[in-house]
Amino acid sequence: MHQSTLAQLSTALESNQINSEELTRLYLERCKQFNESLNCFITINEELALAQANAADKLRAAGNASPLTGIPIAQKDIFCTKGIKTSCGSKMLDNFIAPYDATVIEKMNAAGIVNIGKTNMDEFAMGSSNETSFYGAVKNPWDQDTVPGGSSGGSASAVAARLSPAATGTDTGGSIRQPASLCGITGLKPTYGRVSRYGMIAFASSLDQGGPMTQTAEDAALMMNVIAGFDERDSTSAEHPVDDYTTKLNDSIDGLKIGLPKEYFGEGLDSNIAKCVEDGIKELEKLGATCKEIELPNTELSIPAYYVVAPAECSSNLSRFDGVRFGHRCEDPKDLSDLYCRSRGEGFGKEVKRRIMIGAYVLSAGYYDAYYLKAQQIRHLIRDDFQNALKDVDVIAGPTATGTAFKLNEMIDDPISMYLSDLYTVSVNLAGLPAISVPAGFVNNLPVGMQLIGNYFEESRLLNIAHQFQQATDHHKAIPGGFE
Amino acid sequence: MSLDKTEVQKIAWLARLSIDEQDISTYSDELSNILGLVESMNSVDTNGISPIAHPLDLTARLRSDAITEINQREQFQKNAPLTDAGCYLVPKVIE
Amino acid sequence: MEWETVIGLEIHAQLATKSKIFSGAPTAYGAEPNTQACAVDLGLPGVLPVLNEQVVLMAIKFGLAIDAEIPERSIFARKNYFYPDLPKGYQISQFELPIVSRGNLEIQLEDGTTKTVGVTRAHLEEDAGKSMHEGFGDQTGIDLNRAGTPLLEIVSEPDMRNAKEAVAYMKKIHSIVRYLEICDGNMQEGSFRCDANVSMRPKGQEEFGTRTELKNINSFRFVEQAINIEIERQIDILEDGGKITQETRLFDPDKNETRSMRSKEEANDYRYFPDPDLLPVQIEAELIEKIRSELPELPNAKKQRFIDQFKLSDYDSGVLTAQKEIADYFETCVSTAEGEAKLSANWIAGELSASLNKESKDITESPVSAEMLGGMIKRIKDDTISGKIAKQVFEAMWNGEGDADSIIESKGLKQVTDTGAIEILVDDVITNSPDQVAQYQAAPEEKQGKLIGYFVGQIMKQSQGKANPKQVNELLKEKLKS
Repeated sequence: MHQSTLAQLSTALESNQINSEELTRLYLERCKQFNESLNCFITINEELALAQANAADKLRAAGNASPLTGIPIAQKDIFCTKGIKTSCGSKMLDNFIAPYDATVIEKMNAAGIVNIGKTNMDEFAMGSSNETSFYGAVKNPWDQDTVPGGSSGGSASAVAARLSPAATGTDTGGSIRQPASLCGITGLKPTYGRVSRYGMIAFASSLDQGGPMTQTAEDAALMMNVIAGFDERDSTSAEHPVDDYTTKLNDSIDGLKIGLPKEYFGEGLDSNIAKCVEDGIKELEKLGATCKEIELPNTELSIPAYYVVAPAECSSNLSRFDGVRFGHRCEDPKDLSDLYCRSRGEGFGKEVKRRIMIGAYVLSAGYYDAYYLKAQQIRHLIRDDFQNALKDVDVIAGPTATGTAFKLNEMIDDPISMYLSDLYTVSVNLAGLPAISVPAGFVNNLPVGMQLIGNYFEESRLLNIAHQFQQATDHHKAIPGGFE
Repeated sequence: MSLDKTEVQKIAWLARLSIDEQDISTYSDELSNILGLVESMNSVDTNGISPIAHPLDLTARLRSDAITEINQREQFQKNAPLTDAGCYLVPKVIE
Repeated sequence: MEWETVIGLEIHAQLATKSKIFSGAPTAYGAEPNTQACAVDLGLPGVLPVLNEQVVLMAIKFGLAIDAEIPERSIFARKNYFYPDLPKGYQISQFELPIVSRGNLEIQLEDGTTKTVGVTRAHLEEDAGKSMHEGFGDQTGIDLNRAGTPLLEIVSEPDMRNAKEAVAYMKKIHSIVRYLEICDGNMQEGSFRCDANVSMRPKGQEEFGTRTELKNINSFRFVEQAINIEIERQIDILEDGGKITQETRLFDPDKNETRSMRSKEEANDYRYFPDPDLLPVQIEAELIEKIRSELPELPNAKKQRFIDQFKLSDYDSGVLTAQKEIADYFETCVSTAEGEAKLSANWIAGELSASLNKESKDITESPVSAEMLGGMIKRIKDDTISGKIAKQVFEAMWNGEGDADSIIESKGLKQVTDTGAIEILVDDVITNSPDQVAQYQAAPEEKQGKLIGYFVGQIMKQSQGKANPKQVNELLKEKLKS
């Protein structure tokens, strides 16, 4: 049963093959059994999950179930969940019990979804390896000496190991897509503003976007049907009509025009990964798609621009963690400055501190124009690059990450290399576009992801292409050894 | 741009972060490297390009002036490290 | 050396909304600490601001009232600094593209002339909470009820040259925000506050001197006092060859001094940048026109109308229109008094205003309503009572003894206008004062006017003030002729 997708579990529940309580117990068992080694959960919500499962069973018995009612889904520990510890992977919030639910959680609760646990993540979502978490590194179930990617590494690892049939993630510079790629699952970063950010602890407000991390595109569509939509509590949320993301899954992709950015297949890319992605594109061609080379000339500038914009916003967003109203407070502060500096100095880890300092620096008097403003101008160029490209093609395809899962501790002391590995993902956030990563094969038994980038609010189309691809391929069905 | 130790300390103070004396030089190197990476932005001329703060050109949707919140002080202050008589406490501030 | 003072004011007006600028928490004053601070106001992890429509409309009203331009697009920025009453570690304010750009304001000076003061800009921002330094031992208590209350910060050009001008400007802004009903103007509760930037320069020099910022001066009187003290302090330093330090200073009305604020000493680097949680506010021309068409009559226009319509002097009209409630009171009073404007103006500026001052009452709290005062003035006008008796009637109304007519009736204050009755009184006095009569009759005509006062006084005394003075005079003159 634990090998089932959301769609399959939905059918099983609907046909009374299993009830939510049994299903939830089954996954809770797996979580408890494997979390010690994988470390993908910060909190396992046994009590809450069982209560929600019982409620879901009643809902279903009363005929009020929706497709995902009663199915356990793990939540990245960045989403505030009322009455449950919400740590954001940080010592700063180790003692924080959220007093309210994020909109995403509210919507999941309303759909009768069981919140099985809160997944591990890079501290405040800053990282690409899940190694910056206060709760320790997460292991990649494909090779436990390697990282799962980040920042949604706990979610990716949990779904890959089938400890949870699906999970939520958030993506600021690739934090859904890159771990999805490294763990061999499907991850969708929706258009900026498609999923409410209310209650999702902010890293970089103009880039952050929550989304589904699932086994299949079909599952991602089912989850999007629950979490997408306008939220009056989030000013940046889009009042754009919401699709039923499942309706177009089975449409033919015959005639689809795919753009292949030459900048995505250049020097930085491992040739084995290039091969997997090229094979994936060939599959799409077999389904009737045509390809053409396109240019995204400012791709290289996306990393520097991103590492100005994201730290700038984060330095300000993280100022609220001051040891006064919630979160870590140092012992015996001697005065106000001591309270601030030590609470923050002790509560934040190294990478977070680095980014806060970079952010404070690029916004400070005399540097604003040269860094922050310049980065926002480049952001404009990058957005224009995509818009120009998307005039000629329907979607853009390429690799999700520059490599497969790397070894634990391999890059921990080399932030620059870590940053550069986000090359194919960050520009999408700067432009606010939707993008999906789908499993496209293996290199040395480690998964490789292929990324599809669409135009604004074209999640349905991305899910359709990804679903058609998954109908033709089996990469997404592979389960890591020991977790079958 | 490289950041010397004094600048690192200045930024750390601006961001209210205590950092250990022995870590300052590491931060100095790391932050300088990051700024070095960032400065490759200068390879492109952005004269006349308008900066964008948001990916989509949307404008604000305003809320009507209505009271929608109730008092939840007790609930909120469960997370507070130190309170008294309904107030959050900090070491005495001298104005 | 002769020094010239340069003053600019930053006025913070709390906008009179029901809910906060970015959250649905109430803004009411005086609640228990932190009971009106919701998740958004507390800056809990994950919360987001949503702009209150009303604050935008109010700011536009103000902009139109000072003839300012309202830009089509306005953006919010974060002002980053750490302070315990600032929960998020940044204040949402406006930096580039404020909601109101350059405007102008005409102020009336004491010598009757007018002066135009430039308003650089007015922008929206959220208020901070309150720090309480007493009652928590070695700790400071933080109450965040006020955090997120909408403020309109109105920044003037450095156009004022003395404390009196600064006060006149502040009063004018106060008057406008109250006319517009966008701020309750309550200075005790901090709804209307002012920071003053003060600098000195040698007369004739164009370049500005170093300025100091005087913080949170919460009354018109204190503004004048604080500025004057600061001027003296700066001149003393400059004349001793010293230099002014650019700093923030706190006015202490008890000690009558300004002192440097330690907590604000550090030069701040606020790292303003556009708030990524908020989108630009688009203001359509039609909205501006709609608001313009709905603007109430403003002080200047009302003043001119009072001059034209009621034939009041420039001065009277200015006094009556300074506060909207006074102007409203006046108009109601006049209409009840069947158009008697001059008497109404005199009574409001005179007796009523003195009585209110004595009891520190606002006109809205007056025990004598506009209708009551108008009713009394009607009786002066129709000669039912004299102006002198009216003072008695007014006092009785003030003490809650009823309206003018019932007081006149119950106290028998109705003026005697019966010629026969007055004639008896006149004859009586003439008979009983042969010496005075002789003196009067012997006096040259120009002195008679003064001497007649004796007889009038006697008659008024006899009649307990109720005899119609005009009739008394006429009769006396006639009878004393022979």
